[in-house]
Amino acid sequence: MNLDSLYQEVILDHYKNPLNKKLIPNPIAQVTHLNTSCGDEIILNLHLNGDLVEHITWEGIGCSISQASTSVMSDLLTGKQINEAMSILESFVEVIQSKGKLNGDEEIIGDGVAFAGVSKFPARVKCALIGWMAFKDALSQGLAKK
Amino acid sequence: MSGLLDVTTIKRDFPIFNRTIRDGQRLIYLDSGATSHKPKIVLDAERDFYENHNSAVHRGAHQLAEEATELFEEARLEVARFLNSDGSEIVFTKNATESLNLLAYSFSNSSKNSRFHLNPGDRIVVTEMEHHANLIPWQQLAARTGAELTWLPVTTDGRLDLSSIDSIINAKTKIVAITHQSNVLGTINPIKEIVAAARNVGALFILDACQSVPHFKVDVKDLDIDFLAFSGHKAVGPTGVGTLWGRAELLNEMEPFLTGGSMIESVTMSSATFAEAPQRFEAGVPNMAQAVGLGAAIRYLNGIGMENIHNHEVALTKYALDKLQSIPGLKIIGPTEMKNRGAVFSFTMENIHPHDLGQALDQNGIAVRTGHHCAWPLMRVLNVPATTRASLYFYNDYSDIDALISGIYEAKEFFTAPRTKERK
Repeated sequence: MNLDSLYQEVILDHYKNPLNKKLIPNPIAQVTHLNTSCGDEIILNLHLNGDLVEHITWEGIGCSISQASTSVMSDLLTGKQINEAMSILESFVEVIQSKGKLNGDEEIIGDGVAFAGVSKFPARVKCALIGWMAFKDALSQGLAKK
Repeated sequence: MSGLLDVTTIKRDFPIFNRTIRDGQRLIYLDSGATSHKPKIVLDAERDFYENHNSAVHRGAHQLAEEATELFEEARLEVARFLNSDGSEIVFTKNATESLNLLAYSFSNSSKNSRFHLNPGDRIVVTEMEHHANLIPWQQLAARTGAELTWLPVTTDGRLDLSSIDSIINAKTKIVAITHQSNVLGTINPIKEIVAAARNVGALFILDACQSVPHFKVDVKDLDIDFLAFSGHKAVGPTGVGTLWGRAELLNEMEPFLTGGSMIESVTMSSATFAEAPQRFEAGVPNMAQAVGLGAAIRYLNGIGMENIHNHEVALTKYALDKLQSIPGLKIIGPTEMKNRGAVFSFTMENIHPHDLGQALDQNGIAVRTGHHCAWPLMRVLNVPATTRASLYFYNDYSDIDALISGIYEAKEFFTAPRTKERK
């Protein structure tokens, strides 16, 4: 195991140039998720348009894994139907919780496959999931308001 | 080059240093502030207790019960001598967190006319550099009683700001609870000066000694304090055993925290009276093998000598401070001068998040802590979301610091090197 296989280029690239990292105001739901073990924080704004995920925008501080994963998530799920977004999320979570057993399908989780190596490091699973869990939380709050 | 102690020989006492980390690398353990490793002699003491003397202490008319009680009480005396106190003043708890909660809950169980009773308007004073273990019990006690919680601030160089100590520790102050050495900053606080301020207003003084007792001689009489808490596992002892030291006359005035078996004097169906301290605070069958293990740990530390441990760590501290500060982009979070400073180094690296740095170091077999170190308010004051922390003990030497330094350089290279590959 070396650093390259954990920190793939795509992760470092998203970390340095995160996507959608600027909150669009007036969301249907805003959530703040904390990683209580390290103090990392993600604030996520969700905009829905009918059954469509219109915008996922966020702010936050954290390690490269948490920041890059949130960036990938926001890029991948924006513009998707809600049920499609949830199914991608479930596929990603399955890979991250697989303890190194799953590589992930790039057709489904896109750049998310770069995080497969994270699943071998139990202490980093939460980093990889924090943005995705924030989205899931925002979506359920958003749907409750509809 | 090594420190003043013969670390190669010392490491042979610790079985964990026989294993390797991440594909055959040497373990470079720089996380003793979280928990220390255990010498074989401590593990043997625990095993010997279970294999040869196991029995519930303070009960039973048989030989095993006699032997178990003797070993348990001998461990208590070992801890008592270590702190320059008396066995009747040593309460075994689960850990320092429980010791501090024991005090906070006992105080809130106290009757209205007791010296431990807090009223609205009374004051509890802590510091901004407290570990959550010596903050939240007091926050909660304040919430339960209506007392006010306030604190001594921290300066930008990681020392306590005592300029307003007389207005902060004022006539309303009933409790002053302060850490001896910060688990984040390494700062060793001027306890005697703060004790004097507490004495002036008749407040109780409680010392969180988790990061001091394992590292240098702590004498409760010399410090003139009222209570002290530490955890066995940070002092080469087992997990599951901690100590509350308290002045005997105070302990015997205090209400119990946990109630049940072996802490009583006499019981009827509707009421009970309680045993003298320390039994009053040791309800139920205690962590006996662990207490015996702690006794062995203290004998081991005494064998090496607390003065030698301290001197060794002072040498490592000087070496580490010089080396760390020579790394471009590295900022020490805590005092950078040697005076009143322990071998704990929190730092940030420009453009590398602590979690990523910790991961990179781990790939080289180097164990550090990353995050907020259970001192979230302090991190807010210092305006850092998280740090990387290296905390040393007497089984570390200069080569461990060298490994840390080259690991940091490697991580710096990895995370800050220019990258060319385009995103798809």
